[in-house]
Amino acid sequence: MSAKQFLFSGFGGQGILFVGKFLAYKGLIEDKQVSWLPSYGPEMRGGTASCSVIVSDEPVGSPIVSNPDILIAMNLPSLDKYEKAVVPGGMIFADSTLIERKVARDDVKVYYIPATRLASENGFPTLANMIICGKILKALDEFDEEGVKKALGKVISAKHADMLDVNLKAMKLGADYEE
Amino acid sequence: MADKVLMKGNEAIAEAAIRAGCLHYFGYPITPQTEVAAYMAKKMPKIGGVFLQAESEIAAINMVYGVASAGKRVMTSSSSPGISLKGEGISYLAGADLPALVVNVQRGGPGLGGIQPSQSDYFQSTRGGGHGDYHMIVLAPASVQEMAELTVKGFELADKYRMTAMVLADGTMGQMMEPVSLDFDVAAPPEKPWATTGTKMAREHNIINSLSLVPEELEQLNFARYEKYQQVIDNETRYEEYMTEDADIVIAAFGIAARVSKNAVNEARAQGIKAGLIRPITLWPFPKAPFKKAAEHAKQFISVELSMGQMIEDVRLATECRVPVTLCNRAGGMIPSPELVLEAIKKAAKDGGVE
Repeated sequence: MSAKQFLFSGFGGQGILFVGKFLAYKGLIEDKQVSWLPSYGPEMRGGTASCSVIVSDEPVGSPIVSNPDILIAMNLPSLDKYEKAVVPGGMIFADSTLIERKVARDDVKVYYIPATRLASENGFPTLANMIICGKILKALDEFDEEGVKKALGKVISAKHADMLDVNLKAMKLGADYEE
Repeated sequence: MADKVLMKGNEAIAEAAIRAGCLHYFGYPITPQTEVAAYMAKKMPKIGGVFLQAESEIAAINMVYGVASAGKRVMTSSSSPGISLKGEGISYLAGADLPALVVNVQRGGPGLGGIQPSQSDYFQSTRGGGHGDYHMIVLAPASVQEMAELTVKGFELADKYRMTAMVLADGTMGQMMEPVSLDFDVAAPPEKPWATTGTKMAREHNIINSLSLVPEELEQLNFARYEKYQQVIDNETRYEEYMTEDADIVIAAFGIAARVSKNAVNEARAQGIKAGLIRPITLWPFPKAPFKKAAEHAKQFISVELSMGQMIEDVRLATECRVPVTLCNRAGGMIPSPELVLEAIKKAAKDGGVE
Protein backbone atom coordinates (compact mmCIF):
# COMPACT_ATOMS: atom_id res chain seq x y z
CA MET A 1 0.00 0.00 0.00
CA SER A 2 1.30 3.43 -0.83
CA ALA A 3 0.97 6.10 1.85
CA LYS A 4 -2.62 7.27 1.92
CA GLN A 5 -5.34 8.72 4.08
CA PHE A 6 -8.69 7.00 3.61
CA LEU A 7 -12.13 8.04 4.79
CA PHE A 8 -14.88 5.42 4.58
CA SER A 9 -18.46 6.49 5.10
CA GLY A 10 -21.91 4.97 4.75
CA PHE A 11 -24.83 3.47 6.68
CA GLY A 12 -24.30 1.31 9.73
CA GLY A 13 -24.38 -2.28 8.45
CA GLN A 14 -22.63 -1.67 5.13
CA GLY A 15 -19.35 -2.98 6.47
CA ILE A 16 -17.64 0.40 6.60
CA LEU A 17 -15.53 -0.47 9.64
CA PHE A 18 -14.70 -3.90 8.26
CA VAL A 19 -13.35 -2.66 4.94
CA GLY A 20 -11.30 -0.05 6.79
CA LYS A 21 -9.84 -2.74 9.01
CA PHE A 22 -9.03 -4.85 5.96
CA LEU A 23 -7.03 -2.04 4.36
CA ALA A 24 -5.26 -1.26 7.63
CA TYR A 25 -4.21 -4.91 7.92
CA LYS A 26 -3.06 -4.94 4.31
CA GLY A 27 -0.82 -2.00 5.16
CA LEU A 28 0.43 -3.64 8.34
CA ILE A 29 1.36 -6.84 6.49
CA GLU A 30 3.37 -4.68 4.11
CA ASP A 31 5.28 -3.13 7.02
CA LYS A 32 3.58 0.24 6.84
CA GLN A 33 2.55 2.38 9.77
CA VAL A 34 -1.22 2.26 10.09
CA SER A 35 -4.08 3.57 12.17
CA TRP A 36 -7.84 2.90 12.14
CA LEU A 37 -10.28 5.16 13.91
CA PRO A 38 -14.05 4.61 13.81
CA SER A 39 -16.79 7.05 14.49
CA TYR A 40 -18.56 5.75 17.55
CA GLY A 41 -21.72 6.60 19.33
CA PRO A 42 -25.48 6.56 19.01
CA GLU A 43 -25.28 7.32 15.28
CA MET A 44 -23.87 3.83 14.73
CA ARG A 45 -27.18 2.27 15.61
CA GLY A 46 -28.88 2.59 12.24
CA GLY A 47 -27.42 5.91 11.18
CA THR A 48 -24.15 6.82 9.52
CA ALA A 49 -20.88 5.02 10.14
CA SER A 50 -17.45 6.21 9.15
CA CYS A 51 -13.85 5.40 9.77
CA SER A 52 -10.45 6.99 9.18
CA VAL A 53 -7.60 4.79 7.99
CA ILE A 54 -4.05 6.01 7.55
CA VAL A 55 -1.38 4.00 5.80
CA SER A 56 1.98 5.71 5.98
CA ASP A 57 5.73 5.29 5.69
CA GLU A 58 6.20 7.55 8.71
CA PRO A 59 4.78 7.11 12.23
CA VAL A 60 1.16 8.20 12.17
CA GLY A 61 0.56 11.51 13.96
CA SER A 62 -3.09 12.38 14.27
CA PRO A 63 -5.26 9.35 13.43
CA ILE A 64 -8.12 11.61 12.41
CA VAL A 65 -8.59 11.97 8.66
CA SER A 66 -10.32 15.24 7.88
CA ASN A 67 -8.96 15.70 4.34
CA PRO A 68 -8.77 12.26 2.76
CA ASP A 69 -6.73 11.31 -0.28
CA ILE A 70 -9.39 8.71 -0.91
CA LEU A 71 -13.07 8.99 0.02
CA ILE A 72 -15.34 5.97 -0.11
CA ALA A 73 -18.94 7.17 -0.07
CA MET A 74 -21.46 4.37 0.22
CA ASN A 75 -24.53 6.58 0.50
CA LEU A 76 -25.66 10.07 -0.46
CA PRO A 77 -25.35 11.73 2.97
CA SER A 78 -21.70 10.60 3.05
CA LEU A 79 -20.94 12.13 -0.32
CA ASP A 80 -22.77 15.34 0.62
CA LYS A 81 -20.82 15.57 3.86
CA TYR A 82 -17.29 14.75 2.72
CA GLU A 83 -17.08 15.57 -1.03
CA LYS A 84 -15.51 18.98 -0.39
CA ALA A 85 -13.01 17.59 2.11
CA VAL A 86 -11.12 15.41 -0.37
CA VAL A 87 -7.69 16.82 -1.25
CA PRO A 88 -7.31 18.16 -4.81
CA GLY A 89 -6.03 15.35 -6.99
CA GLY A 90 -7.60 12.79 -4.64
CA MET A 91 -10.06 10.03 -5.43
CA ILE A 92 -13.72 9.43 -4.66
CA PHE A 93 -15.30 5.98 -4.88
CA ALA A 94 -19.10 6.19 -4.87
CA ASP A 95 -21.70 3.43 -4.69
CA SER A 96 -23.77 4.55 -7.67
CA THR A 97 -26.65 2.24 -6.78
CA LEU A 98 -27.39 4.39 -3.74
CA ILE A 99 -25.97 7.71 -4.94
CA GLU A 100 -27.82 8.99 -7.95
CA ARG A 101 -26.04 12.31 -8.39
CA LYS A 102 -22.61 12.94 -9.83
CA VAL A 103 -19.68 14.38 -7.92
CA ALA A 104 -19.61 18.13 -8.47
CA ARG A 105 -15.82 18.57 -8.38
CA ASP A 106 -13.54 18.27 -11.38
CA ASP A 107 -10.22 18.26 -9.52
CA VAL A 108 -10.61 14.73 -8.18
CA LYS A 109 -10.77 11.34 -9.88
CA VAL A 110 -14.19 9.76 -9.42
CA TYR A 111 -15.15 6.11 -9.70
CA TYR A 112 -18.83 5.20 -9.82
CA ILE A 113 -19.46 1.58 -8.93
CA PRO A 114 -23.00 0.16 -8.65
CA ALA A 115 -21.73 -1.94 -5.78
CA THR A 116 -24.99 -2.59 -3.98
CA ARG A 117 -26.63 -3.80 -7.22
CA LEU A 118 -23.63 -5.94 -8.20
CA ALA A 119 -23.53 -7.44 -4.73
CA SER A 120 -27.15 -8.54 -4.74
CA GLU A 121 -27.03 -9.76 -8.37
CA ASN A 122 -24.10 -11.99 -7.51
CA GLY A 123 -25.57 -13.51 -4.40
CA PHE A 124 -23.53 -11.73 -1.73
CA PRO A 125 -25.74 -8.76 -0.89
CA THR A 126 -23.67 -7.74 2.15
CA LEU A 127 -20.40 -7.36 0.26
CA ALA A 128 -20.86 -4.09 -1.63
CA ASN A 129 -18.07 -2.78 0.59
CA MET A 130 -15.60 -5.38 -0.67
CA ILE A 131 -16.60 -4.79 -4.29
CA ILE A 132 -15.61 -1.16 -3.86
CA CYS A 133 -12.48 -2.20 -2.02
CA GLY A 134 -11.44 -4.34 -4.99
CA LYS A 135 -11.90 -1.36 -7.26
CA ILE A 136 -9.80 0.85 -4.96
CA LEU A 137 -6.88 -1.57 -4.97
CA LYS A 138 -7.15 -1.94 -8.73
CA ALA A 139 -7.22 1.84 -9.23
CA LEU A 140 -4.13 2.14 -7.02
CA ASP A 141 -2.54 -0.68 -9.01
CA GLU A 142 -2.17 -2.69 -5.81
CA PHE A 143 -4.48 -5.65 -6.34
CA ASP A 144 -2.25 -8.62 -5.63
CA GLU A 145 -4.25 -11.72 -4.87
CA GLU A 146 -1.82 -13.18 -2.35
CA GLY A 147 -1.65 -9.95 -0.34
CA VAL A 148 -5.42 -9.64 -0.43
CA LYS A 149 -5.88 -13.21 0.80
CA LYS A 150 -3.41 -12.68 3.62
CA ALA A 151 -5.17 -9.52 4.79
CA LEU A 152 -8.59 -11.20 4.52
CA GLY A 153 -7.21 -13.98 6.68
CA LYS A 154 -6.48 -11.40 9.36
CA VAL A 155 -9.92 -9.80 9.42
CA ILE A 156 -12.08 -12.88 8.90
CA SER A 157 -12.07 -15.06 12.01
CA ALA A 158 -11.26 -18.75 11.71
CA LYS A 159 -14.87 -19.51 12.57
CA HIS A 160 -15.98 -17.84 9.34
CA ALA A 161 -13.10 -19.01 7.15
CA ASP A 162 -15.61 -20.04 4.49
CA MET A 163 -16.30 -16.34 3.95
CA LEU A 164 -12.79 -15.74 2.67
CA ASP A 165 -13.47 -17.01 -0.85
CA VAL A 166 -16.66 -15.06 -1.27
CA ASN A 167 -14.96 -11.87 -0.08
CA LEU A 168 -12.17 -12.47 -2.58
CA LYS A 169 -14.76 -13.06 -5.31
CA ALA A 170 -16.47 -9.78 -4.47
CA MET A 171 -13.18 -7.94 -4.55
CA LYS A 172 -12.28 -9.43 -7.94
CA LEU A 173 -15.68 -8.41 -9.25
CA GLY A 174 -14.98 -4.85 -8.16
CA ALA A 175 -11.45 -4.88 -9.53
CA ASP A 176 -12.68 -6.02 -12.94
CA TYR A 177 -15.62 -3.65 -13.07
CA GLU A 178 -15.43 -1.07 -15.85
CA GLU A 179 -17.89 1.80 -16.06
CA MET B 1 6.27 -7.05 11.90
CA ALA B 2 4.83 -10.52 12.16
CA ASP B 3 4.39 -10.17 15.90
CA LYS B 4 2.18 -7.09 15.67
CA VAL B 5 -1.59 -7.24 15.69
CA LEU B 6 -4.21 -4.57 15.18
CA MET B 7 -6.07 -3.93 18.40
CA LYS B 8 -8.38 -1.31 19.77
CA GLY B 9 -6.83 0.70 22.58
CA ASN B 10 -9.44 -0.60 25.02
CA GLU B 11 -8.67 -4.20 24.09
CA ALA B 12 -4.93 -3.55 24.40
CA ILE B 13 -5.47 -2.34 27.97
CA ALA B 14 -7.43 -5.47 28.84
CA GLU B 15 -4.95 -7.87 27.25
CA ALA B 16 -1.96 -6.09 28.80
CA ALA B 17 -3.61 -6.23 32.23
CA ILE B 18 -4.06 -9.97 31.92
CA ARG B 19 -0.45 -10.37 30.83
CA ALA B 20 0.57 -8.28 33.84
CA GLY B 21 -0.99 -10.92 36.04
CA CYS B 22 -4.26 -9.15 36.76
CA LEU B 23 -6.80 -11.92 37.25
CA HIS B 24 -9.45 -9.75 38.90
CA TYR B 25 -11.49 -7.19 37.02
CA PHE B 26 -14.58 -5.39 38.25
CA GLY B 27 -16.43 -2.94 36.06
CA TYR B 28 -19.62 -1.50 34.79
CA PRO B 29 -20.22 -0.70 31.12
CA ILE B 30 -19.97 2.87 29.84
CA THR B 31 -19.07 4.29 26.43
CA PRO B 32 -16.30 4.74 25.30
CA GLN B 33 -14.53 2.12 27.47
CA THR B 34 -16.96 -0.80 27.25
CA GLU B 35 -14.56 -2.92 25.17
CA VAL B 36 -12.32 -3.26 28.23
CA ALA B 37 -15.12 -4.96 30.14
CA ALA B 38 -16.22 -6.96 27.09
CA TYR B 39 -12.71 -8.28 26.55
CA MET B 40 -12.36 -9.21 30.22
CA ALA B 41 -15.75 -10.93 30.18
CA LYS B 42 -14.59 -13.10 27.29
CA LYS B 43 -11.07 -13.85 28.50
CA MET B 44 -11.16 -14.08 32.30
CA PRO B 45 -13.31 -17.23 32.60
CA LYS B 46 -10.94 -19.05 30.22
CA ILE B 47 -7.85 -18.37 32.32
CA GLY B 48 -9.30 -18.88 35.77
CA GLY B 49 -9.69 -15.17 36.42
CA VAL B 50 -12.62 -13.18 37.72
CA PHE B 51 -14.70 -10.89 35.58
CA LEU B 52 -17.52 -9.35 37.50
CA GLN B 53 -19.96 -6.79 36.23
CA ALA B 54 -20.82 -5.01 39.43
CA GLU B 55 -24.20 -3.47 40.15
CA SER B 56 -22.62 -0.02 40.03
CA GLU B 57 -19.29 1.76 39.74
CA ILE B 58 -19.27 2.27 43.49
CA ALA B 59 -19.59 -1.45 44.06
CA ALA B 60 -16.86 -2.16 41.51
CA ILE B 61 -14.28 0.11 43.14
CA ASN B 62 -15.01 -1.41 46.55
CA MET B 63 -14.47 -4.88 45.10
CA VAL B 64 -11.12 -3.55 43.90
CA TYR B 65 -10.42 -2.47 47.49
CA GLY B 66 -11.10 -6.00 48.66
CA VAL B 67 -8.85 -7.77 46.17
CA ALA B 68 -6.08 -5.18 46.63
CA SER B 69 -6.23 -5.84 50.37
CA ALA B 70 -5.61 -9.52 49.65
CA GLY B 71 -2.49 -8.54 47.72
CA LYS B 72 -3.58 -9.44 44.19
CA ARG B 73 -3.28 -7.33 41.07
CA VAL B 74 -6.70 -5.83 40.38
CA MET B 75 -8.25 -3.36 38.04
CA THR B 76 -11.39 -1.45 37.23
CA SER B 77 -12.15 0.78 34.27
CA SER B 78 -14.77 3.33 33.39
CA SER B 79 -15.32 6.65 31.67
CA SER B 80 -15.64 10.08 33.23
CA PRO B 81 -19.03 10.01 35.01
CA GLY B 82 -18.25 6.50 36.23
CA ILE B 83 -14.90 7.62 37.59
CA SER B 84 -16.65 10.33 39.59
CA LEU B 85 -18.73 7.60 41.20
CA LYS B 86 -15.54 5.73 42.05
CA GLY B 87 -14.07 8.83 43.68
CA GLU B 88 -14.89 7.81 47.21
CA GLY B 89 -13.37 4.37 46.75
CA ILE B 90 -10.23 5.82 45.18
CA SER B 91 -9.76 8.02 48.24
CA TYR B 92 -10.20 4.96 50.48
CA LEU B 93 -7.59 3.06 48.44
CA ALA B 94 -5.23 5.98 49.02
CA GLY B 95 -6.05 6.09 52.72
CA ALA B 96 -5.37 2.37 53.07
CA ASP B 97 -2.23 2.53 50.87
CA LEU B 98 -3.52 -0.09 48.48
CA PRO B 99 -2.10 -0.78 45.01
CA ALA B 100 -4.67 -0.92 42.21
CA LEU B 101 -5.12 0.17 38.62
CA VAL B 102 -7.99 2.41 37.58
CA VAL B 103 -8.54 3.16 33.89
CA ASN B 104 -10.41 6.27 32.75
CA VAL B 105 -11.25 6.46 29.05
CA GLN B 106 -12.46 10.04 29.18
CA ARG B 107 -15.54 11.53 27.55
CA GLY B 108 -16.91 15.07 27.47
CA GLY B 109 -18.41 16.51 30.66
CA PRO B 110 -19.38 17.77 33.15
CA GLY B 111 -22.36 15.71 34.24
CA LEU B 112 -23.34 12.90 31.92
CA GLY B 113 -21.85 15.08 29.20
CA GLY B 114 -21.40 13.25 25.92
CA ILE B 115 -19.66 10.15 24.70
CA GLN B 116 -17.00 11.72 22.47
CA PRO B 117 -13.35 12.04 23.54
CA SER B 118 -12.19 14.55 26.11
CA GLN B 119 -9.34 15.36 28.47
CA SER B 120 -11.38 17.33 30.93
CA ASP B 121 -10.73 14.97 33.85
CA TYR B 122 -7.13 16.22 34.17
CA PHE B 123 -7.85 18.12 37.38
CA GLN B 124 -9.85 15.22 38.80
CA SER B 125 -7.03 12.76 38.10
CA THR B 126 -4.04 14.86 39.12
CA ARG B 127 -5.58 16.87 41.95
CA GLY B 128 -7.76 14.32 43.65
CA GLY B 129 -11.36 13.71 42.76
CA GLY B 130 -11.79 11.96 46.02
CA HIS B 131 -11.30 13.73 49.33
CA GLY B 132 -8.19 14.13 51.42
CA ASP B 133 -4.49 14.61 50.75
CA TYR B 134 -3.50 12.02 48.19
CA HIS B 135 -2.19 11.43 44.70
CA MET B 136 -2.45 8.74 42.10
CA ILE B 137 0.26 8.00 39.57
CA VAL B 138 -1.45 9.18 36.38
CA LEU B 139 -0.24 7.72 33.09
CA ALA B 140 -1.33 9.23 29.75
CA PRO B 141 -0.91 6.94 26.72
CA ALA B 142 -0.71 8.43 23.22
CA SER B 143 -0.83 5.23 21.17
CA VAL B 144 -2.35 1.79 21.37
CA GLN B 145 1.12 0.44 22.10
CA GLU B 146 1.32 2.75 25.11
CA MET B 147 -2.19 1.78 26.19
CA ALA B 148 -0.73 -1.69 26.65
CA GLU B 149 2.68 -0.73 28.03
CA LEU B 150 1.44 1.88 30.48
CA THR B 151 -1.15 -0.55 31.79
CA VAL B 152 1.67 -2.91 32.71
CA LYS B 153 3.71 -0.01 34.07
CA GLY B 154 0.71 1.10 36.10
CA PHE B 155 0.50 -2.26 37.88
CA GLU B 156 4.23 -2.28 38.53
CA LEU B 157 4.30 1.24 39.95
CA ALA B 158 1.16 0.65 42.00
CA ASP B 159 2.77 -2.39 43.64
CA LYS B 160 6.14 -0.71 44.06
CA TYR B 161 4.73 2.30 45.91
CA ARG B 162 1.56 0.77 47.36
CA MET B 163 -0.65 3.34 45.72
CA THR B 164 -3.29 3.59 43.02
CA ALA B 165 -2.20 4.16 39.45
CA MET B 166 -4.52 5.51 36.79
CA VAL B 167 -4.32 5.12 33.04
CA LEU B 168 -5.90 8.33 31.76
CA ALA B 169 -6.92 7.82 28.15
CA ASP B 170 -9.71 9.29 26.05
CA GLY B 171 -12.35 8.02 23.66
CA THR B 172 -10.06 8.24 20.64
CA MET B 173 -7.33 6.19 22.29
CA GLY B 174 -9.88 3.65 23.43
CA GLN B 175 -11.58 3.24 20.07
CA MET B 176 -8.70 3.47 17.62
CA MET B 177 -6.80 0.46 16.31
CA GLU B 178 -3.08 0.47 15.73
CA PRO B 179 -0.47 -2.24 15.43
CA VAL B 180 0.58 -3.36 18.87
CA SER B 181 3.25 -5.73 20.07
CA LEU B 182 2.36 -7.53 23.28
CA ASP B 183 5.80 -9.00 23.58
CA PHE B 184 6.95 -7.11 26.66
CA ASP B 185 8.51 -8.03 29.96
CA VAL B 186 6.39 -7.94 33.06
CA ALA B 187 8.07 -7.76 36.44
CA ALA B 188 6.61 -10.27 38.87
CA PRO B 189 4.59 -8.63 41.66
CA PRO B 190 6.68 -7.98 44.77
CA GLU B 191 6.04 -9.81 48.03
CA LYS B 192 3.18 -8.21 49.94
CA PRO B 193 3.71 -9.09 53.61
CA TRP B 194 1.10 -6.50 54.56
CA ALA B 195 -1.71 -8.25 52.67
CA THR B 196 -4.65 -9.84 54.48
CA THR B 197 -4.13 -13.41 53.37
CA GLY B 198 -4.84 -15.20 56.62
CA THR B 199 -2.42 -15.40 59.56
CA LYS B 200 -2.32 -19.22 59.56
CA MET B 201 -1.74 -18.63 63.30
CA ALA B 202 1.83 -17.76 62.42
CA ARG B 203 1.88 -13.98 62.48
CA GLU B 204 0.13 -10.90 63.84
CA HIS B 205 -3.03 -9.76 62.08
CA ASN B 206 -2.56 -7.46 59.13
CA ILE B 207 -5.03 -4.61 59.19
CA ILE B 208 -6.12 -2.71 56.09
CA ASN B 209 -7.93 0.42 57.14
CA SER B 210 -8.34 4.06 56.19
CA LEU B 211 -9.78 5.20 59.54
CA SER B 212 -7.46 6.84 62.04
CA LEU B 213 -9.15 8.85 64.79
CA VAL B 214 -6.08 10.13 66.57
CA PRO B 215 -5.02 13.30 64.77
CA GLU B 216 -1.35 12.98 65.75
CA GLU B 217 -1.28 9.51 64.18
CA LEU B 218 -3.25 10.52 61.09
CA GLU B 219 -0.85 13.41 60.59
CA GLN B 220 2.10 11.01 60.68
CA LEU B 221 0.40 8.77 58.11
CA ASN B 222 -0.02 11.77 55.82
CA PHE B 223 3.59 12.80 56.31
CA ALA B 224 4.81 9.30 55.47
CA ARG B 225 2.60 9.11 52.42
CA TYR B 226 3.98 12.39 51.11
CA GLU B 227 7.55 11.18 51.61
CA LYS B 228 6.60 8.25 49.41
CA TYR B 229 5.05 10.64 46.85
CA GLN B 230 8.34 12.54 46.80
CA GLN B 231 10.13 9.32 45.80
CA VAL B 232 7.62 8.88 42.99
CA ILE B 233 8.29 12.45 41.85
CA ASP B 234 12.05 11.84 41.96
CA ASN B 235 12.05 8.46 40.22
CA GLU B 236 9.01 7.97 38.05
CA THR B 237 8.42 11.14 36.08
CA ARG B 238 8.12 10.38 32.38
CA TYR B 239 7.82 12.47 29.23
CA GLU B 240 8.72 12.62 25.56
CA GLU B 241 10.42 15.58 23.93
CA TYR B 242 10.04 16.23 20.21
CA MET B 243 12.21 18.87 18.54
CA THR B 244 12.36 21.02 21.65
CA GLU B 245 16.12 21.56 21.68
CA ASP B 246 16.13 24.77 19.64
CA ALA B 247 12.40 25.46 19.80
CA ASP B 248 11.02 29.00 19.98
CA ILE B 249 7.48 27.75 20.39
CA VAL B 250 6.93 24.78 22.67
CA ILE B 251 3.67 22.87 22.77
CA ALA B 252 2.55 20.95 25.82
CA ALA B 253 0.12 18.17 25.01
CA PHE B 254 -0.67 14.63 26.11
CA GLY B 255 -2.60 11.73 24.63
CA ILE B 256 -4.52 12.41 21.43
CA ALA B 257 -3.72 16.15 21.66
CA ALA B 258 -0.02 15.29 21.40
CA ARG B 259 -0.65 13.20 18.28
CA VAL B 260 -2.45 16.09 16.62
CA SER B 261 0.20 18.56 17.81
CA LYS B 262 3.02 16.51 16.29
CA ASN B 263 1.48 17.01 12.85
CA ALA B 264 1.31 20.75 13.52
CA VAL B 265 4.93 20.88 14.76
CA ASN B 266 6.11 19.15 11.58
CA GLU B 267 4.14 21.56 9.43
CA ALA B 268 5.42 24.59 11.38
CA ARG B 269 9.01 23.39 10.96
CA ALA B 270 8.37 22.98 7.22
CA GLN B 271 7.25 26.61 7.19
CA GLY B 272 10.38 27.76 9.03
CA ILE B 273 9.00 28.13 12.55
CA LYS B 274 11.07 26.37 15.22
CA ALA B 275 8.31 24.52 17.04
CA GLY B 276 8.64 21.61 19.45
CA LEU B 277 6.53 19.42 21.70
CA ILE B 278 6.79 18.22 25.27
CA ARG B 279 4.46 15.29 25.89
CA PRO B 280 3.97 14.44 29.54
CA ILE B 281 3.53 10.68 29.93
CA THR B 282 3.05 10.95 33.68
CA LEU B 283 0.54 13.72 34.38
CA TRP B 284 1.18 13.16 38.06
CA PRO B 285 4.02 13.48 38.74
CA PHE B 286 4.11 16.28 36.20
CA PRO B 287 7.43 16.53 34.32
CA LYS B 288 8.55 19.98 35.40
CA ALA B 289 12.21 19.66 34.35
CA PRO B 290 11.84 19.73 30.55
CA PHE B 291 9.51 22.73 30.78
CA LYS B 292 11.87 24.63 33.01
CA LYS B 293 14.72 23.90 30.64
CA ALA B 294 12.74 24.84 27.52
CA ALA B 295 11.70 28.10 29.17
CA GLU B 296 15.34 29.19 28.92
CA HIS B 297 15.05 29.56 25.14
CA ALA B 298 11.38 29.33 24.18
CA LYS B 299 9.47 32.54 23.48
CA GLN B 300 6.01 31.08 24.06
CA PHE B 301 4.35 27.90 25.27
CA ILE B 302 1.03 26.58 24.02
CA SER B 303 -1.01 24.07 25.98
CA VAL B 304 -3.09 22.01 23.56
CA GLU B 305 -5.96 20.31 25.35
CA LEU B 306 -9.37 18.71 24.87
CA SER B 307 -10.68 20.75 27.78
CA MET B 308 -11.19 24.35 28.80
CA GLY B 309 -7.56 24.50 29.92
CA GLN B 310 -6.48 22.36 32.87
CA MET B 311 -2.92 21.17 32.27
CA ILE B 312 -2.06 24.75 31.33
CA GLU B 313 -1.87 25.50 35.06
CA ASP B 314 0.88 22.92 35.51
CA VAL B 315 2.72 24.31 32.48
CA ARG B 316 2.61 27.79 34.02
CA LEU B 317 3.84 26.45 37.35
CA ALA B 318 6.63 24.45 35.69
CA THR B 319 7.81 27.40 33.60
CA GLU B 320 7.43 29.66 36.63
CA CYS B 321 5.50 32.07 34.39
CA ARG B 322 8.73 33.25 32.78
CA VAL B 323 7.25 33.12 29.28
CA PRO B 324 3.66 33.45 28.12
CA VAL B 325 1.59 30.26 28.04
CA THR B 326 -1.49 30.28 25.82
CA LEU B 327 -4.27 27.75 25.36
CA CYS B 328 -5.29 26.02 22.13
CA ASN B 329 -8.31 23.89 22.85
CA ARG B 330 -11.58 22.26 21.89
CA ALA B 331 -14.03 20.89 24.42
CA GLY B 332 -17.17 18.85 24.87
CA GLY B 333 -16.00 15.95 22.72
CA MET B 334 -14.39 17.98 19.92
CA ILE B 335 -10.74 17.48 18.95
CA PRO B 336 -8.40 20.29 17.89
CA SER B 337 -7.31 19.89 14.26
CA PRO B 338 -3.64 20.12 13.23
CA GLU B 339 -4.63 23.31 11.37
CA LEU B 340 -5.97 24.88 14.56
CA VAL B 341 -2.75 24.03 16.40
CA LEU B 342 -0.66 25.36 13.50
CA GLU B 343 -2.57 28.66 13.64
CA ALA B 344 -1.84 28.87 17.36
CA ILE B 345 1.86 28.23 16.66
CA LYS B 346 1.92 30.97 14.02
CA LYS B 347 0.21 33.41 16.35
CA ALA B 348 2.62 32.53 19.16
CA ALA B 349 5.57 33.00 16.79
CA LYS B 350 4.25 36.42 15.81
CA ASP B 351 3.53 37.48 19.40
CA GLY B 352 6.89 36.11 20.50
CA GLY B 353 8.70 38.09 17.80
CA VAL B 354 10.21 35.06 16.05
CA GLU B 355 8.50 35.31 12.70
